[in-house]
Amino acid sequence: MKGGIIFCGVGGQGILLASEITAFALMATGFTVKKSEVHGMAQRGGSVVAHLRYGQEVYAPLIGQGAADFILSLEKMETARYLNFMHEQTQIVASTHQIAPPAVAMGQAAYPVDILEQIRDKGLALLSIDSFAIARELGEVRAANVVLVGALSTFLPVTEETFIEVMKSKLPARILDLNLRAFAAGRQEAA
Amino acid sequence: MTQESADHLWLSGNEALALGAFEAGVKVASGYPGTPSTEILENLTKYQGPYTEWAPNEKTGLETAIGAAFAGGRALATMKHVGLNVAADPLFTLSYTGVRAGLVIINADDPGMHSSQNEQDNRNYAYAAKIPMLEPSDPAEARDFVKLAFELSEEFDTPVLVRTTTRLAHVKGMVKRGEVVTPPLTPNIEKMAAKFVMLPANARVRREVMAKRQDRLRNLAEDFAPNRTEWGTKKRGFITSGVSYLYTKEVFPEASFLKLGLVYPLPEKLIKDFAAEVDELFIIEELDPFLETRIKAMGIKCTGKEKIPAIGELSPDIIRQALGEQAKPGFEPLSLPMRPPNMCPGCPHRGLFYNLNRLKVFVSGDIGCYTLGFLPPLSAMDSCVCMGASIGIAHGMDKALGDSGRGRVVSVIGDSTFFHSGITGLTNIVYNKGNSTVIILDNRITGMTGHQPNPASGRTLQGETAHEVDIAGLCRALGVEHVQVVNPQHLKETKEALVEALEFDGPSVVITRYPCALLPAEKKRLKIPFTIEPTKCTGCTSCLRLGCPAISWQAVSPAEGAALGFKEKQKGYARISEMCNGCGLCAQVCKFDAIVKEDKAI
Repeated sequence: MKGGIIFCGVGGQGILLASEITAFALMATGFTVKKSEVHGMAQRGGSVVAHLRYGQEVYAPLIGQGAADFILSLEKMETARYLNFMHEQTQIVASTHQIAPPAVAMGQAAYPVDILEQIRDKGLALLSIDSFAIARELGEVRAANVVLVGALSTFLPVTEETFIEVMKSKLPARILDLNLRAFAAGRQEAA
Repeated sequence: MTQESADHLWLSGNEALALGAFEAGVKVASGYPGTPSTEILENLTKYQGPYTEWAPNEKTGLETAIGAAFAGGRALATMKHVGLNVAADPLFTLSYTGVRAGLVIINADDPGMHSSQNEQDNRNYAYAAKIPMLEPSDPAEARDFVKLAFELSEEFDTPVLVRTTTRLAHVKGMVKRGEVVTPPLTPNIEKMAAKFVMLPANARVRREVMAKRQDRLRNLAEDFAPNRTEWGTKKRGFITSGVSYLYTKEVFPEASFLKLGLVYPLPEKLIKDFAAEVDELFIIEELDPFLETRIKAMGIKCTGKEKIPAIGELSPDIIRQALGEQAKPGFEPLSLPMRPPNMCPGCPHRGLFYNLNRLKVFVSGDIGCYTLGFLPPLSAMDSCVCMGASIGIAHGMDKALGDSGRGRVVSVIGDSTFFHSGITGLTNIVYNKGNSTVIILDNRITGMTGHQPNPASGRTLQGETAHEVDIAGLCRALGVEHVQVVNPQHLKETKEALVEALEFDGPSVVITRYPCALLPAEKKRLKIPFTIEPTKCTGCTSCLRLGCPAISWQAVSPAEGAALGFKEKQKGYARISEMCNGCGLCAQVCKFDAIVKEDKAI
């Protein structure tokens, strides 16, 4: 079995942590994993993407066009930036959280509020989650990334226990409980 | 082996390079931060043993490494590709002197310019300086190749270049931990003037030594494990290296490969033998036809850049399509507003660039977070070439324009960039009676690459307290008479300082001093965010022109506008999100007192 996951969003949203937890859970399940990240100028509030590939043998760290099996998107509009990576069976887990890009903030462009509907209209499977609101309810908006990982986990060939074990061994104690609850809340959304 | 364990680590290319250097027993490592190379030294610092430091620039870093190697300690220098331009002067002559203990230079190229001003192919330096170059493909090889590079360096008495690219530096994979070796030499002073003093008489001798070394390296390349032939079907054969190997293998797993770990010098016989066995030979490499040119010069027929792009990064899709295979289509992209990077809320650079925009001066820019001052709505950068160039360019413009340019050109340069290569430019202005205004953006840190301390930060890479260079005092010592320090978060005061400096007859320096908003102390500081009272907002958009990510435009319908008491032509109002860090710039530009402090701190 081979797969590719795109993690996307806006710099500072916690894409690296979301992709790290997923990578470790896949590795703990026995897959070989490679992951490509973006650092430097590409952060600072800009669009950010990480590619994760898993399988028995993985060469390239980049996902090809039409070859992402999963998309985890931390920001609503960013989901659509990666349509060229999606194929007909791609499962999308997208936050409904909106962050205005500069042109929208300036009032020079409109935020495409119906963007997730536009993606669904193409026949793509999309689970939308108000990850920001869920995380806020849990007491920390920064856990929104792990809410989405929880939802994504239900589609991956990895058990819930494996994800929990990975978080227990990798996350610092002070944020573990919050993230375990965020993960559970995300799974709940996908159920 | 796919799981992390005591012996198997999940590492990025940069983390793996650091592990390799540690296991090689490196004694001294120096470099200057630059994406995608920065994390190598940061990670090496986590290990007990090696001395690590941030040098003010790559030339100083490499010279430090040379000194360590001359003293018999294994030495490492790290830098991004453009950094090797800065370090090129010692590099070329280091090739003549050779080393005592091993010396490895890790050079990180950035095809596609993810975070760079150009995408030069630094394999050309290996050829030009006659230095062997290794190119790993993934984190596991990155660790291996650094260790191997130290062995080659000592065996062949040569510096060794290890080339990475963004897609290795920031790719994570499994790496097997290895033995920590004890280097053969213990540091001591040994005078070897004929080898280390490169005056012409000695250098001519060393030049002959280098030529023999090149021959020995060519022989080694023929039978060198990292130059690996993988036989598959012989219809198509690929000669490739680095991440291009992984991309090609992904697309054509059944084909035959000659994967070169040593990309300079090349193994001619190995290449000829491989070429003879395959029906069609392709050379797959990012950027320049470096391998291809040399392979064609061997009289071998092959296909390279006529099909494979010489510009930008490669990817499996690009290789697939270049060789006539269909890539999966994917879905059509939708038209979306772009999301470029932006200065953070509370960034101390914002106020300066807002002022520069209003002053309508030509802004000779430099490399750092503040290069984002180029983007609208600040739109206040008019040139940016390389580290430190802002000052020289402003001076050149001053000399070309004469009186017609007086007070119309400024240079902006960050504190770290000023130490990197701005001081010489400022010295030149003073010495040659220039009239430029130099603005030094002193945010106490190297921001863009992720907070590396610099000579004005007051601490070292290893976290120790260090002397804080007094930038204002330094400028005065160079002979700048007009030096003023301002807080860029105060717009009016900053504008006055800029105008005064522009009007000053002679070189002038304005230091805008305020810490980066992301520094831990700044993040912890109690902040009172601002909010906008919609009923007072006239929709004039002054605050929006700061380009702050926390401020956005809220359009309203005529009915909503009427309910808020707006005049008929007011189409909306500005609002401030929870991203506000309380810097207060927006309250300073609002003429209607609509922007006020919230009643609680964050």
